[in-house]
Amino acid sequence: MKTLSSFGLTLFASALLFVATARPLHADTDCLSCHGDTTMQDANGKSVGVDANKFHGSIHGGLKCNDCHKDIHDYPHPDHPAAVQCETCHADEASAIAGSIHAKASTSVPGATGWKAHACTGCHGNAHEIVTKTDPNSTVYPLNIPKTCGGCHGDPAMAKKFHLPNVYALYIDSIHGFALGKEGLLVAANCTSCHGSHKILSHTDPQSSTYRTNIPGTCGSCHVGINEQYQKGVHGKAVAAGSTSAPVCTDCHTTHGIVEPTSAEFRMQSTPICGSCHRDKFSTYRDTFHSQLGLLGGYTETARCWDCHKAHEVLPTSDPNSPVNKANLIATCGRCHAGANASFVQYQPHANARNRRLNPALYYIRLFMNLLLASVLTFFMLHTVLWLVRSRLQQVKSKSSGEKNA
Amino acid sequence: MPEPTQATPAPAPEIVAAPAVAAPEKPRYFLRFTLGQRYLHGVLFTSFLVLAATGLMMRFSGSIWAIRFAKLVDGFGTILFFHKFCALVLTLAFIIHVREIVARGLFKREKGIFWGPTSMVANWKDVKDLFGHMRWFLGLGPKPKFERYAYWEKFDYWAVFWGMVVIGFSGYAMWFAPFFARFLPGWALNAALVIHSEEGLLAILFIFSIHFVNTHLRPDSFPMDMVIFTGRESEEEFKTRRPDEYKRMVAEGKSATRITDAPQPWLINFSRAVGFTAILIGLTLLVLTLSAYIAE
Repeated sequence: MKTLSSFGLTLFASALLFVATARPLHADTDCLSCHGDTTMQDANGKSVGVDANKFHGSIHGGLKCNDCHKDIHDYPHPDHPAAVQCETCHADEASAIAGSIHAKASTSVPGATGWKAHACTGCHGNAHEIVTKTDPNSTVYPLNIPKTCGGCHGDPAMAKKFHLPNVYALYIDSIHGFALGKEGLLVAANCTSCHGSHKILSHTDPQSSTYRTNIPGTCGSCHVGINEQYQKGVHGKAVAAGSTSAPVCTDCHTTHGIVEPTSAEFRMQSTPICGSCHRDKFSTYRDTFHSQLGLLGGYTETARCWDCHKAHEVLPTSDPNSPVNKANLIATCGRCHAGANASFVQYQPHANARNRRLNPALYYIRLFMNLLLASVLTFFMLHTVLWLVRSRLQQVKSKSSGEKNA
Repeated sequence: MPEPTQATPAPAPEIVAAPAVAAPEKPRYFLRFTLGQRYLHGVLFTSFLVLAATGLMMRFSGSIWAIRFAKLVDGFGTILFFHKFCALVLTLAFIIHVREIVARGLFKREKGIFWGPTSMVANWKDVKDLFGHMRWFLGLGPKPKFERYAYWEKFDYWAVFWGMVVIGFSGYAMWFAPFFARFLPGWALNAALVIHSEEGLLAILFIFSIHFVNTHLRPDSFPMDMVIFTGRESEEEFKTRRPDEYKRMVAEGKSATRITDAPQPWLINFSRAVGFTAILIGLTLLVLTLSAYIAE
């Protein structure tokens, strides 16, 4: 008992000694006696009040005021205390953000220089009220992130001023935005899932998670199964081999406005996307009933590219695993055409009647039909015109001579 | 009941100012097409118009008007439904017609169905008429005296006949592709679309330009030849247009069996309304076809 009380005494003495050298400012007792008034403003009209309850509930609630406001030691304190340096503690985040597009923009985009002062609070909110990111009240809680980023990226005036794409609206209506905003799915992709948080880089930067060749990996961090299929397909292999022209996820699915892939909207919008590279296949596809049905609306279930070729695991026709390999055609066509047989699947969904080398039979049939059309029409056009002229002349003649046309 | 040739009234002068022979006789009317034939033509052109309109939308599915109209009628499903429905109607009309020909020609042994002046089958006179007509166009000879069906009318008939067989077969081959694939090679299905659309295009262009002008819009019948709707034509029209048939009818003494009443005013009005609507739709489709064809 004695030893314990003497230990207590020593502790108290050393605490006193510490106070004498650098007095810690206890929020409740010292600063909040003034700053606890939440309506308090400085000379410039800027709020300098702190909500005591919120501060104590915040993740920084256990800190002393001058742990952050380092140049304030006593009262009265300077009129213009130095800016708080978050990086003192959050060094990793600070260095990440220093290399990010947000930091770059603050120096390279005119008018964006004021951004740095809000580097942390811009996203994390009021410094005295920051809560942990797993707290639903946090501005960076997954469900709140789109709104937080959207504060700038969803503001049309801001978007216009800094030439930002107005991606917020696209995202909110997308399948990710729907899952997150309407259904409250924490696993649904929010802004940071793809872009990262502190070290957001331009999609033109090879280090960026949204750089072309990194996109399959980024999307694949959630869509693992799809990415596996994609990597087995010709597109995935080409991208892995360094191709920048082979399609990645976002080429077909778009980036922010991703829609449900089974929806009519997506079925219709995606075929021209495949066609933007596979032009010859697209033009022959458009000659067929498959395309015509879809184009006129209401019949979007007719075969689109990936219904036959698969969407992610696109394989060459020669590959026995390809659904359009000869051995698999009956099964593939049979998915829509009940009763498809060996003869039926000889139908060429990309036949080109204009190409004599590839489709000679079709070429000559078309040629014959065209010649028939041209000759019949030419003959009768001539016949009719001559007839018209002759009849009219006859009519005028008989009228002037008063006799009936004969 | 033979009729004396001289009993036919002198053609009434057209010009009102001309001195009229006291109270001109009422013109006589002759029946050219039976009610059944007129109905058949009605079914034929109604279904053809719908087939053409819906078919063109599929053929030129990328054109703005096709997409707009498709939206208006709630998409492709409706268009395809009407195309298939009218295809069935036209097939039925075709079968009824062929059945009638077979019944009359083969079973009743009716003369003149397969050969002779009243037949649709081309004969030597048609060849002579074609060249004679062309000579007349150029002012090198007299106008040929036509029989019941002139050569261009026979061409119209056989063009439609062949067209229905070709378009019909290729259409059904696509409609019931897996079934047809049991006895047709797969590439025939590719060919079916080419043939169907090209032959359809030919039919559309031919009917809406050549047939319309030859039959309805040329100066002699302008703006419309009503005989396919009313079935009747005046004696004067009959004599001018098909003098050989008229002569034969009189010679065979069959005038009385073909004589009929004048078309009722309601029938004339009704025919005009129907006919003009059809011609208007046809010409609109012709313009759309040509513009889409050129734009392609």
